[in-house]
Amino acid sequence: MRKIAIYGKGGIGKSTTTQNTVAGLAEIGKKIMVVGCDPKADSTRLLLGGLAQKSVLDTLREEGEDVDLEDIRKIGFGDILCVESGGPEPGVGCAGRGIITAINMLESLGAYEDSEGLDYAFYDVLGDVVCGGFAMPMRQGKAKEIYIVCSGEMMAMYAANNICKGIMKFAEGGGIRLAGIICNSRQVNNEEEMIKAFAEKLGTYMIHFVPRDNMVQKAEINRKTVIEFNPEHPQADEYRTLAKKIEANENFIIPTPLEMDELEKLLIEYGIGD
Amino acid sequence: MEPMRKETTEYEEKTDNWKDIDPKKVKQEIMEKYPPKVARKRSKHFVINKKVDDENYTEIQANVRTIPGIISQRGCCYAGCKGVVMGPTRDIINLTHGPIGCGFYSWLTRRNQTDPSTTPDGHNFMTYCFSTDMEEREIIFGGEKKLKAAIQEAYDIFKPKMISVFATCPVGLIGDDIHSVTREMEKKLGITIFGFSCEGYKGVSQSAGHHVANNGLFQHVIGLDDTVKEGDYKVNLLGEYNIGGDAFLIEDLFERCGITLISTFSGNSSVDHFSNSHTADLNLIMCHRSINYVADMMEQKYGIPWLKINFLSAEATSRSLRKIAEYYGDQKLIDRVEEVIAEEMPAVEKAQAEIRPRLEGKLAMMFVGGSRAHHYQELFKEIGMITIAAGYEFAHRDDYEGRHVLPKIKVDADSRNIEELDVQKDPEKYNPRIDKKELEAEERHGVRLKDYEGMMPDMEEGDYVIDDISQYETEKLIETYKPAIFCAGIKEKYMIQKHGIPMKQLHSYDTGGPYAVYKGAVNFYYEMDRMINSKVWDHIKAPWEKSPELSAMYAYE
Repeated sequence: MRKIAIYGKGGIGKSTTTQNTVAGLAEIGKKIMVVGCDPKADSTRLLLGGLAQKSVLDTLREEGEDVDLEDIRKIGFGDILCVESGGPEPGVGCAGRGIITAINMLESLGAYEDSEGLDYAFYDVLGDVVCGGFAMPMRQGKAKEIYIVCSGEMMAMYAANNICKGIMKFAEGGGIRLAGIICNSRQVNNEEEMIKAFAEKLGTYMIHFVPRDNMVQKAEINRKTVIEFNPEHPQADEYRTLAKKIEANENFIIPTPLEMDELEKLLIEYGIGD
Repeated sequence: MEPMRKETTEYEEKTDNWKDIDPKKVKQEIMEKYPPKVARKRSKHFVINKKVDDENYTEIQANVRTIPGIISQRGCCYAGCKGVVMGPTRDIINLTHGPIGCGFYSWLTRRNQTDPSTTPDGHNFMTYCFSTDMEEREIIFGGEKKLKAAIQEAYDIFKPKMISVFATCPVGLIGDDIHSVTREMEKKLGITIFGFSCEGYKGVSQSAGHHVANNGLFQHVIGLDDTVKEGDYKVNLLGEYNIGGDAFLIEDLFERCGITLISTFSGNSSVDHFSNSHTADLNLIMCHRSINYVADMMEQKYGIPWLKINFLSAEATSRSLRKIAEYYGDQKLIDRVEEVIAEEMPAVEKAQAEIRPRLEGKLAMMFVGGSRAHHYQELFKEIGMITIAAGYEFAHRDDYEGRHVLPKIKVDADSRNIEELDVQKDPEKYNPRIDKKELEAEERHGVRLKDYEGMMPDMEEGDYVIDDISQYETEKLIETYKPAIFCAGIKEKYMIQKHGIPMKQLHSYDTGGPYAVYKGAVNFYYEMDRMINSKVWDHIKAPWEKSPELSAMYAYE
């Protein structure tokens, strides 16, 4: 089983990209579990056709110790197993600790056992890695491959660079590796070239350039992935391509994060020049 | 019972030799073991006492962060707030908001004694341990609901007059707003409820917690009850925690002198007394470090002056009583104090005459607290013992060098993190107890007000004064001097005893006490005689270590 975590700046499209991509993997017959690591519990909405999921932490709170895997795992599009870690309401408690507890719970319930027959486990992690809890999928070998979703906007690249610092920290002990940058286009000037160059400097590569298309939004309003909502649309093929690239990917490295001025230079070179 | 006596000891052979040891060399040897940067820092905390001019002793570094990796004696902010200042008060429910360990391990560890029969409602909650018992669930989803429920439950069961809530580390990390909860519950239940943001990680030691506790008492409790009690000389006793019953003896002494005790902060204490303490004429400070903030704030808000006193040792007690009498300047009190001293001293002198020959010239070392390492030196002196090394766990420079260095102390980021209250004169209750000129001059009848000269002037030149001593330094000093007794706390106890040295806890007195005023001093003399002249320390080395009965060699040798 391959364990993959998707990181990236808040609002960059991690959940959308993850769900569309796993839909593509499911189409080629892969067995997948998606674990949403966000207190909002909206990482599996498109696969389940709405927020129909009871989170691990809610279940734990209500049922106490007596929790079954079936209570917290729902089957969505393409037989994808959907789990949401859940967490506190905004402004109280500790969401990071929640994620740690939820992932430990999944492990002890046997969600990752060989008998489950999984080809992939995907972790969809919220925003920046603000504290230890959000680094949980990186730690202790929970995820082996990290993909960073990024665009040509400065703050997205800045966040991606920071995440690489996190990966570097855990790479030696936990054995995690950076597997590629997914460019989720914001139609910034020279975006593709810039992200390619950025990825190269990080020691990795841009695994795919996902163009911007309104179809994504349309499918989202209908609580579906593009692949389910409009399988014939060219955007669906983009996600299928990304899925196949991930399936074939063997390029796993320890990243080399950039210094701030290096990053700025890159932006000036590609972004501002017309 | 007569203690068993040893014939000769290793120590006695060495008694006279210690004067030949060069403290500078000892310091150098200790510092050489540290990495250069650590040695640079530690050597500022590790001072050989020396008077540099009329007013000043060698500067010592204190109240800064302990260097990571060093085994320190220090405790945490929560310990200082809950354990030290708030813990000894019987009729307030002290509720720890946090995981169960914080509450449980800070429960009744200091042997603070209390007498509930002296307050009308007889409340005593000190024998209970109150905690919200935060679990993983509360860490993740927030603990405010559980805190509210705990306050309600404590109220329903015990109907207390007051509840205070202590924030532990995780509470600060997850951001539970304990103050909004206490405000809400105060309104709901109609009793005084307030919180302390005393998360363990705040500040550099428990000292931060003392300050937080002082602020809380001053803002929420002092001044609630304006009833003026009868009495010619009304005082508060600050920084006396009734360890092993010390406060009981002081109370008795005050009564015999005709001094009315309004409130003790906080030993054998009641929140009723705290509430009313602003009606006293004078504040007397025992432990300067833990409670001087309240004294200063009460002076600013209510006009009550404060005096530093010390009731540990017979000599210090007489001096303190005379100081109080002198301050009031009332012949009746002056005479009465002399009578009491005359009544007490014969028993003290008799005990001294008996014990002194058995302890004369022996060495003591003391590393404890923020005052005790100073106060107990005089007790040792009274039985002829010499305190050659002393230091505090959590004191500031003024506790070593005297309050005149206060303007020179650099306030660092760690101290700024602890709120400094802006105190103004109370428009109605401010009432300067003495002449304005005396207040300004900080002197009355020749008695210095607001004055504490610190530990250093009471020690000899060449003695060791060591702040926040490390375990390594402790062991080195013990190896070098083989002192007759070492005083510290529970964390150090067994390490010291393993060196074959008797160890006295001055935080909790082990099982002994009281040691305050005259009767306590006599107790202390006998206790030292019992501990130091006990035969048990001769048996630390196993017989075969001293004289092997068998000798053999391997066949291949």
